[in-house]
Amino acid sequence: MLELIVNGRAHRVDVEPEMPLLWVLRDHLGLPGTKYGCGISVCGACTVHVDGEPVRSCVMRASAGVGKKIVTIEGLPQDGLHRIQQAWIEHQVPQCGYCHSGMIMSAAALLAKHPKPTDADIDATMTNLCRCGTYARVRHAIHALAASPVSSAGPKS
Amino acid sequence: MTIAASRREFLKVSTALAGGLALEFRFPLASHAAHGALATEVNAWILIHPDDRVVIRIARSEMGQGTLTALAQLVAEELDCDWTHVSAEFASPNEHIRRNRIWGSMSTGGSMGVRSSQDYVRKAGASAREMLIAAAAAQWQVPAAECTVDRGIISHRTTNRTLRYGQVAAAAARLKPPEDVRLRDPRDWKIAGKPVRRLDIADKVLGKPVFAVDVALPGMLHASIAQCPVFGGRLAGLDAREAERMRGVKKIVREADYVAVVADSWWRADEALKKLKISWDSAGNGELGNETIAAMLQEGLAQAKLPQARRIGDTPSALASAAKVIEAEYRSPYLNHATMEPQTCTAWLKPDGFLEVWTSTQNAEASMAAAAEAAGLPLEKVEVHKMMLGGGFGRRGGPQDFVRQGVAIAKAMPGVPVKLMWSRDEDMQHGFYRPASMVRMKAGLDAQGRLIALHTKIACPSIVRVLMPQSTMKDGIDFTAVRAFNDLPYAVPNQQVDYAMRNGHVPVGFWRAPGQQNEFYRECFIDELAMAAGKDPVQYRLSMLQDGDKHRLVLQAVVQAAGWETPLPSGWHRGVALAYGFGSYAAMVAEVSVGAKGELKVHRIVVAIDSGHVVNPDTCRAQAESNVVFGLGAVLHQENNVRHGRIVESNFHDFPLLAMAEMPKVETVLVPTGGFWGGHGEPAILPLAPAVCNAVSRATGQRVRTLPLRHLGLRSA
Repeated sequence: MLELIVNGRAHRVDVEPEMPLLWVLRDHLGLPGTKYGCGISVCGACTVHVDGEPVRSCVMRASAGVGKKIVTIEGLPQDGLHRIQQAWIEHQVPQCGYCHSGMIMSAAALLAKHPKPTDADIDATMTNLCRCGTYARVRHAIHALAASPVSSAGPKS
Repeated sequence: MTIAASRREFLKVSTALAGGLALEFRFPLASHAAHGALATEVNAWILIHPDDRVVIRIARSEMGQGTLTALAQLVAEELDCDWTHVSAEFASPNEHIRRNRIWGSMSTGGSMGVRSSQDYVRKAGASAREMLIAAAAAQWQVPAAECTVDRGIISHRTTNRTLRYGQVAAAAARLKPPEDVRLRDPRDWKIAGKPVRRLDIADKVLGKPVFAVDVALPGMLHASIAQCPVFGGRLAGLDAREAERMRGVKKIVREADYVAVVADSWWRADEALKKLKISWDSAGNGELGNETIAAMLQEGLAQAKLPQARRIGDTPSALASAAKVIEAEYRSPYLNHATMEPQTCTAWLKPDGFLEVWTSTQNAEASMAAAAEAAGLPLEKVEVHKMMLGGGFGRRGGPQDFVRQGVAIAKAMPGVPVKLMWSRDEDMQHGFYRPASMVRMKAGLDAQGRLIALHTKIACPSIVRVLMPQSTMKDGIDFTAVRAFNDLPYAVPNQQVDYAMRNGHVPVGFWRAPGQQNEFYRECFIDELAMAAGKDPVQYRLSMLQDGDKHRLVLQAVVQAAGWETPLPSGWHRGVALAYGFGSYAAMVAEVSVGAKGELKVHRIVVAIDSGHVVNPDTCRAQAESNVVFGLGAVLHQENNVRHGRIVESNFHDFPLLAMAEMPKVETVLVPTGGFWGGHGEPAILPLAPAVCNAVSRATGQRVRTLPLRHLGLRSA
């Protein structure tokens, strides 16, 4: 039995300690927003926040998440839409949308650290793969977010 | 007609977002709560709620290309309703069969979604509008011709009365549809032609369960699959003792060419799958590989007599008398679709003998047929719930292998819903690949460098033979293998196109813009000819295009937008290419630089597209960007090699997708000239490989005749 804190709620799950966090979220906690893409930490579709850091949940053992704050795409919005999700709609970023849960989680982590990221920052940190080719709009939306005023509380995440 | 709750029962999981009403996406759950509000079906395409909300039924699939929204725009345009009240839902494939295919084609490929349904969906909108007006006129007892409508409000000016669509929908539905309706001139469009927001995006950014992989049903189990790694091979032996004892494992399913493990979570199923001791019979294909495939294609090219896809003039004589003859051989590898969402199918063989299937499909009717056949049921006893596709690109249309497997696995677990999801490795190694092909082109130039004869020999597997074995090919010619040559846009008096169908054992399929490798060959070779003739590649092309030819217009548009004649930063080079396909004309200019150690950077892509009409300029631009990325991944990195009868690559580490850092600046110029309906899902990829490779050839001084570029020692800077 593992105790995991996901999106502010404590869950007790009866899973193997080595089960990747991704599958605990998807198949045991009913949080399918986080996606499987490669299983080898290359594509980033499974990106979640663990204690505020972007983590590829397909290669993180569930047991490593015990005692940490885990946030998924479902837990990102507060009062409706998170500002990143709003920007993704505003700039019509996704196409098929499959990679964008991970893309949004990566962008949220990037902006929390670098409120005004450069193109080089974006290239270095936004390593999520998108087969549809939404990169230009991801970059544009991140720059637009960086240019827009953030509430005094800072980016919500 | 009113939609009864018994028609389909849903659990509505997506909530409309405040302000931005989105997709009326309901996660179909057969045993759950009923559809809430009753809406009136004015016709098969349009439901209207008493509170004026309009639900537009969409028959085609949505894979991010924006077809769902574009079709809704076209219907709403003619219906003249309030766009902010519009949502969309997929038409039920089962109901489609029972209502004599009332929604037309459900197939979504070939950039056909909008262009091949625009006529009848617009008429459905116009017809409903006329019926709603007639219902209001009848209520007021005035002639319908005296009534006007604006955004869902019908007015009778002289008596100053109004009725809303929601108030007259039920009465309208009882009226006879008009025999004929007039469609709006696109110049008068108010909803169509505008960059409205896509209806499916809000749910996607919230991580809502819209994809096939997200399906969750009470008591559902999960399956992972291992297919025979050698194409054509069979299961020969299986020791499942260790796997059977593993936690959560419920069943091992053995079929002719695969084994699946069913467990209570996907990871447990997949872990157990790895513990299976499987022996495969490679059916004599175990020694096939790159070399045998290349030899097969070379043998095709070596044939003196081949089926001819085109013959104009007397090419052999013209070549014999040409001032200059230039010859080149080009090739390209197999390529997997690699959709981000792996192939997935949930199937539930219910106790009442009805089969429900949830899948990401580009062709719901093909999914129905595959599911019915696999289950041994009539179509009427099958429903396919269309989910949003996590990418399609041609993988999920013709081949319905994942549906057949999903149903076969569910048959082994009667009464229990089972979700089959392929691992990435399975997805990479069991595709329907873009065909590997080889082309030999021989051109004759006259003394002025003009192209007077072109002989093209194409050796390429046939997609039609693999995916549509019943269809007859005229003279053994697969149109996907010869396109771009058998409809050469350039005025060349002598042309011959020979086709050697060489199929091999690797399954081939429709990979975004099927046959696009031919544009790579043709447009790169045209550049070789321009250089040999000492001509500018743009001028050379223009000299072979008639005045008024739409190819000419897009080429001129892109040249102007790119500033073809303007100086570039030191070390940058331009390449150009021109294409027609999937209903549209596309021309592209690429700007690249190559460093001393082969560091390649694609800086800027400018593309001009003439699709006749543009229903949503923003999604059309998004498709151009998408085509650039999809095409560049293939140009720079991707190939599927074959060794020991199987695909070598297994995941994104050895089949790299284009990354953010490699993304060039993309500028899209939409130049719709009207009068025809072209597609947007594929045309912009056609000139991508040749435009980039022509620029690279200029940068390096070495002609690029094979892909991907990493074989030439070129790496992303």
